Amino acid sequence: MIEKFVPLNAVGVPLDRGNVDTDAIIPARYLKTLKRTGLGAGLFFAWRYDAGGSSLPDFPLNRPEFRGGKVLVAGENFGCGSSREHAVWALMDFGFRAVIAPSFGDIFHNNCLKNGLLPVTLPAAEVRSLIDALLAAPGAKVAVDLPAQTVTGPGGDIHAFRIDPFAKKCLLEGLDEIALTLASAEEIDRYERERKKATPWLFLDLAG
Amino acid sequence: MPTLFEKIRDRHVVAAREDGNALLYIDRQLIHEVTSPQAFEGLRRAGRSVRRPGAMLAVPDHNVPTTPERAERIDDRESREQIEELRKNALGAGVALFDINDPRQGIVHIIGPESGLVQPGITIVCGDSHTGTLGAFGTIAFGVGTSEVEHVLATQTLWQGMPRGMRVIVNGALRSPVAPKDVILAVIAKIGASGGTGYAIEFAGETIRKMSMEGRMTVCNMTIEAGARFGLIAPDEITFAYLKGRPLAPPPSLWDAAVADWKTLPSDPDAAWDREATLDASNLEPHVTWGTSPQDALPVGGSVPDPEAQPDASERARMRRALEYMGLVPGTRLTAIPVDKVFIGSCTNARIEDLRAAAAVASGRKVHANVTALVVPGSGLVKRQAEEEGLDRAFVEAGFQWRLPGCSMCLGMNPDRLKPGERCASTSNRNFEGRQGPGGRTHLMSPAMAAAAAVSGRIADVREVTR
Repeated sequence: MIEKFVPLNAVGVPLDRGNVDTDAIIPARYLKTLKRTGLGAGLFFAWRYDAGGSSLPDFPLNRPEFRGGKVLVAGENFGCGSSREHAVWALMDFGFRAVIAPSFGDIFHNNCLKNGLLPVTLPAAEVRSLIDALLAAPGAKVAVDLPAQTVTGPGGDIHAFRIDPFAKKCLLEGLDEIALTLASAEEIDRYERERKKATPWLFLDLAG
Repeated sequence: MPTLFEKIRDRHVVAAREDGNALLYIDRQLIHEVTSPQAFEGLRRAGRSVRRPGAMLAVPDHNVPTTPERAERIDDRESREQIEELRKNALGAGVALFDINDPRQGIVHIIGPESGLVQPGITIVCGDSHTGTLGAFGTIAFGVGTSEVEHVLATQTLWQGMPRGMRVIVNGALRSPVAPKDVILAVIAKIGASGGTGYAIEFAGETIRKMSMEGRMTVCNMTIEAGARFGLIAPDEITFAYLKGRPLAPPPSLWDAAVADWKTLPSDPDAAWDREATLDASNLEPHVTWGTSPQDALPVGGSVPDPEAQPDASERARMRRALEYMGLVPGTRLTAIPVDKVFIGSCTNARIEDLRAAAAVASGRKVHANVTALVVPGSGLVKRQAEEEGLDRAFVEAGFQWRLPGCSMCLGMNPDRLKPGERCASTSNRNFEGRQGPGGRTHLMSPAMAAAAAVSGRIADVREVTR
C-alpha cells in the first residue's frame, strides 16, 4: 500500500556517497523477516556501527543534529543493486519520506513509489549544493512540495523536479494500485483468452 | 523497425495509458523465500487470491544451507521460518514448488531455464534483481520488489513505462579460457555501474551468437550491475536446441508452432537504438575487480589504480573509500593480492559449463594451504550432471568442498559467508561492501580464474597457471 505523501519541511540528512547499493542500505541478514516493519534497526547498519556494535559518531544518521531527519540527500545511482524492497521499508521505518539524488537504481526507484517514499531526481550540481549546504549547517531543513514539484534548500534555493504524473497522483492520494488494476479485470480476461489461442504453450500449468 | 524488446512488449499490452505506461501481461513469475512472504501476507489481508497459480514456480534458495544436514534440519530459526512460509504459501495457493530436498531445487534463475519454462517472447518476473538472466532466451525478464510480486500474484500484470533501448555489440572470438564473465565485466567497466540505468540492453554480435545458453545467461545476469533491469539476446537455433525436450518446454504437439513464433522475434535490421556500445572480444583478457562496485574491473595483468590520478572529485572519493574497505594500496599488482576464500557458484556462474571450466583448472592441482574453496552447483540437476561427468571428484581431490545447491556465499544470508577482513575470489556478481558477509572483501572473476586463485593462494592469471 502506498502511504499518502504529505508536504515536508524537515531536517535534511546529507549522505555524501555515490553508488549506495541496497546491500548497504539494509544488509541481507535483515531480510529474513516475514514482516515489513521494524527494519529501521538495520538501516545502513555497517556504516552506523563498528564491528563491535558501537555507534560510529561521524556517520550522519548518528549525529544529533540530523536526528528526526526525513529527507535524505545522496550521490548518484542511489539504491543500485538488489531488488530488496526492504531497503525502502527500512528508510521509511527510520523516518525518511523523501530521498534526493542525481539518479536512482531503477528497481529501488520503483519500490519507493509503491510505498510512498518520494524519490526526487535533481541535476548533480544541485544535489552537490544541497549536500554542501547541509554539511555546512547541520540540522537545516529541506522542504519538499510534491504538488508544486519543488525542493527548497536551506538557503531558500528552489529546485524544480519532474515526476511521472500517475506516480504523483498515486503518492498524493495513497492509492491501492492492485485495486486499480483489478478494475481492468475484464481486459485481463479478454487478453488471456486471445493469448491462449495464439500461444497455447504458455498456458500449460507449471504445477503439471 | 521494432526491436526484440519492443516486439515482446507490444504483444503483452493489456491496456495503455496516454502517458506511455502500459499494463503488461506477465506470463510467468518465479518466487523465492526472501521477497515473497510479505506479498502473500498482503494478498491475505486484502482478501485476494493468486490469479493464475499455474503460471508460477516457487523455490527456496537464498537461505538454504549448502551442507548435507539440511535434509534433516536448518539450525537458523529465521531461515527455517522463511522456507516454511514459502512452502505454506506455495502449497496453499497451488503454486508449483521445488522444495529444499527436491532434486530440481536450486538457484531460482538457474532452475527456471533448466525446467524449460523460460521461453522466447515471454514476460517473466521475480522478486530478485538478477532476473535479467532469463533475457538470454529473448524474453522481457526483470527484477521487481515485493509490492510488484504481490501485484503479479493478484493480477498477472504490471504497469510499466517504456525503457530506452541500448545495443551492446560484441565481436571477435573469445580466446579460451577467457569467458562470458570476462565479457560482461568488461562491458560494465566500459559503460559504468549506472550506464544502463533506464535502458533495456540487447546484446548482439558474433561473440554472443556463438555463445552457449549458459554463457548468454552469465552475460544477461550482470546487466543489472550496469544499472539496466533488462538484458536480452535474440533467440536462435542455440536457444531452441537448449529448450527442446525440457519438462516445461512446449510439448511436441505445439513445438513447431512455438518455434515459428519465436523466429519472428529478433530485432528488425533497421531497428533504432537510443545508444550503442561495442566491445572487441578478440583481445579480451581475463578480468578481475579491485573495488566495491562491479564497474571496478580490470584485466588481470593490471594493478590497483590510484585514486589521486582520478580528475573527478566524487569518483576520487569513491575510489579512496573502496581501497580503504578492500585493504589495498594503489600500484599493487592484481596478481599479488592473496585470497583466503574462493567461491565458485551463484546465479552468475554455477551452471554446468562454469563447473567444467573450473574443474579443468582444478584437476591435478591442489587448493593452496591458506585457502578454503567452495564449489556450489546452481541446482540439483547441475550437481547430478557434474557428478556424472566426474567433476566433483576433480574438485574434491584438489581440496575443494563440493556443496549442495543454493545462493550460498553470494550474499551472506545463509551459513556460507566471509568473516570480517577475509578476502574472496568469487564467481558471483556483486563486490559491494559486506555483500558476502560484514567486512568481507570480494574480487569478482570467472570460474576458471577463481579456480586459478584457489590453487595459487592469490589472484592469478589462469593462462599462466595452466600453461
